[in-house]
Amino acid sequence: MELVNQHVKGIMEECKLRARDQGLKFDNETLEYIVTNRDMIELSPKVMIPTLYDYWVHDVRVLSGKGMYEAYPSNPYETVINTRPAISFYNDNNPDWLNVMIFYHVLGHIDFFQNNLFYKNTWDVDLAGQALADKRLIAQLRSEKGRWVDYAIEFARGIDNLVGYYKELNQIIMNGSQRKLSKTDFYFDIFLQKIKKVPQHEYIKEITRYNVLNKIGEDFFDEVTGKYPEFIELYKKELFRKTDYDSDIMQYIILYSPFLKEEENQWIKSVIQIVRNTSMYFQPQIRTKIMNEGWASYWHEYLFMKDDRIKGHEADFAKVNASVTSMPKVGLNPYALGLRMFQNIKDMEDRGRYSFDFLFLKDEVARKKYTQHKNRGDEFILDVRENFIDFTFINTFIDQDFIARHKLFVTGKYLDQSSMKWKYYIKSKKAQDYKEMIIDTLYHPPQISVDEAATKEGILYLNHKFENKPLKIDYIENTMIGIEYLWGGPVHLETSEPAISKKATTNYASFWDPGAGGTRAAEQSPEDIEWKRVCYVIENRKLHKKEL
Amino acid sequence: MITLDELLERDRRREEDGFKRKIRIGKIIKPGSGGKDKIIVVPTTVEEKFVHDEIHPDQEQGEGESTGGTGEGEEGDVIGEQPVRPEEGEGENGEGDGEGPGEGKGGDHELESNAYELGKVLSQDFQLPNLKDKGKKRTLSRYIYDLTDKNRGAGQILDKKATLKEIVKTNITLGNIPDVDDTDTSRFIISPQDLIYRILSREKDFESQALVFFLRDYSGSMGGKVTQAVVSQHVMLYSWLLYQYEKQVETRFILHDTQAKEVGDFYKYYSYRVAGGTNVFTAFKMVNDIVERESLARDYNIYVFHGTDGDDWDKDGKQTIAEIEKMLNYVSRIGVSIVEHSYVGSNQTEVEKYLKSSQILTQHGDLIKLDVMSENADDTRIIQGIKRLIS
Repeated sequence: MELVNQHVKGIMEECKLRARDQGLKFDNETLEYIVTNRDMIELSPKVMIPTLYDYWVHDVRVLSGKGMYEAYPSNPYETVINTRPAISFYNDNNPDWLNVMIFYHVLGHIDFFQNNLFYKNTWDVDLAGQALADKRLIAQLRSEKGRWVDYAIEFARGIDNLVGYYKELNQIIMNGSQRKLSKTDFYFDIFLQKIKKVPQHEYIKEITRYNVLNKIGEDFFDEVTGKYPEFIELYKKELFRKTDYDSDIMQYIILYSPFLKEEENQWIKSVIQIVRNTSMYFQPQIRTKIMNEGWASYWHEYLFMKDDRIKGHEADFAKVNASVTSMPKVGLNPYALGLRMFQNIKDMEDRGRYSFDFLFLKDEVARKKYTQHKNRGDEFILDVRENFIDFTFINTFIDQDFIARHKLFVTGKYLDQSSMKWKYYIKSKKAQDYKEMIIDTLYHPPQISVDEAATKEGILYLNHKFENKPLKIDYIENTMIGIEYLWGGPVHLETSEPAISKKATTNYASFWDPGAGGTRAAEQSPEDIEWKRVCYVIENRKLHKKEL
Repeated sequence: MITLDELLERDRRREEDGFKRKIRIGKIIKPGSGGKDKIIVVPTTVEEKFVHDEIHPDQEQGEGESTGGTGEGEEGDVIGEQPVRPEEGEGENGEGDGEGPGEGKGGDHELESNAYELGKVLSQDFQLPNLKDKGKKRTLSRYIYDLTDKNRGAGQILDKKATLKEIVKTNITLGNIPDVDDTDTSRFIISPQDLIYRILSREKDFESQALVFFLRDYSGSMGGKVTQAVVSQHVMLYSWLLYQYEKQVETRFILHDTQAKEVGDFYKYYSYRVAGGTNVFTAFKMVNDIVERESLARDYNIYVFHGTDGDDWDKDGKQTIAEIEKMLNYVSRIGVSIVEHSYVGSNQTEVEKYLKSSQILTQHGDLIKLDVMSENADDTRIIQGIKRLIS
């Protein structure tokens, strides 16, 4: 791994100037490294962070990555990591014109990393440096504790998808503007309602009393502290809680696990914290795949076409660009979809179509002609890249016109019995269906949190907020063994499962067997399934399930 | 960099610490030109977390997963098709999704050598008992001719390396090489006796003494983990047999749904998938036919391993039992693995029921073994299964 030479760096700097002219914003400093494909294979399990801590799963991935490379050699164009300064990796054999294109693409990514608000939690962290410090700490722990460090990492990683990313992000964004929980708020919102659970008439009486005393300027809390001596202590505790914790299971375990409180287990907290920080860092990246790739592709295409340095390589560019950004006949390509969406958004805004006038226009011909010549599209897409995330992006900007313009559809496939062939067919051309199909592919970890009321007598009680998707049952046991270890006591997990086991199986056999006279099972959609709440309990590494 | 052996060693220690093993042996197919693919053995592992399980309630009725698409056409239009059951000789696009990643066809020596490595790992690390030698060692050996013998002075091909060595020897004796660091080859004297040639010679080539039939149900009900378990078990068996018999084992592969078909190599065997009904007897019948047609029983120890989810249209197994009984006359061992779907409940499958009720398992206990495991079986359980099948 070495830095690119001065000539190539010169190309990059030139690209930066042109990108800035178009409104992209990014730090001046960037680092470009030349890597071999072998380096890439070794880096990719570490999410391309060269300084990430060592862990055996990474080694497994490297070994299988090498096997994969042997079978399917590939030549990735670039990889960028969201560090300060931003680091990007390249092959060393690219011609100059290709480097121009790749650099524009990379600058698109860097601009996205450094401006999209969902990355705000990563802006003030020096990831490469932090990771190196973590790596050293883990190496040192490993020399003291041996393979138990790897178990700690494994168990912490078992819950690292449940980090309270949005909660933490919200805190960071609201930082400063967020009002401190006042004594009054605590008294009326939490203390009376949740802790004392006073009847309504008493609650109203207290409010009246507050209003009266407030008017004449007397201290309302005199009587309160007299009546409830514990009030002040509880308020202080709540203040502490609000600022320090409340985001996720990992944090809860670090703060309250009886097992980790023991002197000889303190080190595990650092391990969990490292795993949690790393996961937190990559949350925005997982959630902006379509936008990020689309944005980078938009700019490499736009800027490349305007660049006079590449004269004579238009056909080469077209070929490479098409292989990256063409829409597949069947399947999804986030680069292609994101690119077309940004192009469409710019065009729509240029014509002033994000307006009530256009929204309420029903005449097909008039809609086609509708143009306001606002030409604000360039600024508008910069705003979009700042404030959206894949889910909101897809949900907001895919409409029927977009679907029609790019001839998009949802593809289904079914088995044709007579010819024994899978038939691919156009399942739907409705924007709503297309949206749902895409949204279904987006990253969405289950919402599992600690139920504090039920967490007592040494039991950690987890509650899965059910969203019509059950958990993958195979993974429950090992994940819970890990949590039990970190918690140092039994762990309960409340979740939902189908009330009746899949009925399709019996129908299935008869469906293929004309002799049995079976009929095709009725269409069954997830909404039709009846769900029941169940509780998984892990105790002494033994899992059992009870119905609730 | 850590090696595969070290990883497996670490995995074994997990058990001592009271945790489950996590490393599995995976396979990657390398498509090669001219039908010469190879299999690369790699470790794989899954990091278990709480994740959503995708439900596709309509999928089992022959409907696949939805995805995106683009192009002309109206809703309902069929825009393409893909054969479920790949045909022999078809290009790689014609082949269905395998249980292992990758597509392609044909296996060659590289698969063998890799599988051989895997087998070595298995018999060392998993301590499998050796397969019993069932005797019948063939006395007949055939001869092949190869350029292996050496001859001085004359022959078919000059062995340059050996010749050079002789020349150097000769010249050392003659004192032509006083200083090895400064050798002047132009002063070398070459004796006719220094020339070493290779000549054609007759070599004994011992025939394989074992022939293994792998039979697999690839019908529609075999989706997902069931197939994975069967395939995993057969990969291990196959690899281990290769190792145990020093590559002297011959193998045949048969897939069946409502009809049986023989495929040319292990890759096809484990990667093909279709959706159809199930007639177990067709596979056994095909083995019987092959053995009879090619008079294999005289020359080989014959082993038959069959993997299925236990579903069979032939509910009381009359035809299957008949074929198995016929087979018992010549076979060294039949090993049937039933991998139960988790929704079926244990000991409920048709194949298991009729095998048991036919008394065939008790009457011919030394020749036929049955192993029933759940679809969630891990590698350790799968290996136990192998032990049972070959015990």
